[in-house]
Amino acid sequence: MTDLVNVALNAEGFMIDPNQWTKEIAEILARQEGIDVLTPEHWRIIDFCRTTGLASGKAPTLRQITVGTGISTKDLFALYPKGPAKKVAKIAGLGKPEGCV
Amino acid sequence: METEQRKIAFICSKGDLDMAYPALVMGWAALGNGIDVTIFFTFWGMDMITKDRQKHLELAPVANTSMKMRLMGLPTGTLGIPNLMGIIPGMTAFTSWFMKKKIAEVGAPPVDEYLQMLVDGGAHLYACKMTVDMFGLKKEDFVEGVEDIVTASDFMDMTEGSQIIFI
Repeated sequence: MTDLVNVALNAEGFMIDPNQWTKEIAEILARQEGIDVLTPEHWRIIDFCRTTGLASGKAPTLRQITVGTGISTKDLFALYPKGPAKKVAKIAGLGKPEGCV
Repeated sequence: METEQRKIAFICSKGDLDMAYPALVMGWAALGNGIDVTIFFTFWGMDMITKDRQKHLELAPVANTSMKMRLMGLPTGTLGIPNLMGIIPGMTAFTSWFMKKKIAEVGAPPVDEYLQMLVDGGAHLYACKMTVDMFGLKKEDFVEGVEDIVTASDFMDMTEGSQIIFI
């Protein structure tokens, strides 16, 4: 069982060091965001964000996620209700998305 | 931690290409941050939701004091596009094409696609009753996603507790 004791978070709850991230931490962060179970569809988005986020140093925007994964806007908002932009980045251990679209 | 649900309502009253974007950009950001979004379209803003207008919004160079020639990469300092040039046929088409290109360069989608993204993200769209009557429009003239034609008073009722942004 992992907890967040040793995970460095900023004032808004985003992880400071994305390299500290593990799948277990993602599950805990997801629960805090109101998502009890991460399904394979959730993971597809998280994996995409990890890959592009670590490569570019920036969390992808919602549009980059829908275009990059092929997941529709409707599905993205259904998987991560009430504010997917911040939620996904937070769960993926990345910073707040910087883009506007 | 129970916090009150934040709500934002936009009133879109302009039909120019550049004036369509503020509500789209801010509305999308609001949805991404978990804020409820309602958009009310009135007067020329109706073009944003009218099927045969939505993809053809334009930006005229005449009397546009902000659109400088340097936007097009010309070394002309702060010189504007002369109004006399703006009246040449095709100039509005040119500046519209140019602005669409600049918008696409930052990764923002065209108006129709952007608005559909907002609808898919849960935004509620309404058309202004008075404008509908004035311009002889019907519900069928609007794109999918426009939920209803409502009066100004209905709008006041449905935006109670919302922050309202007029564009």
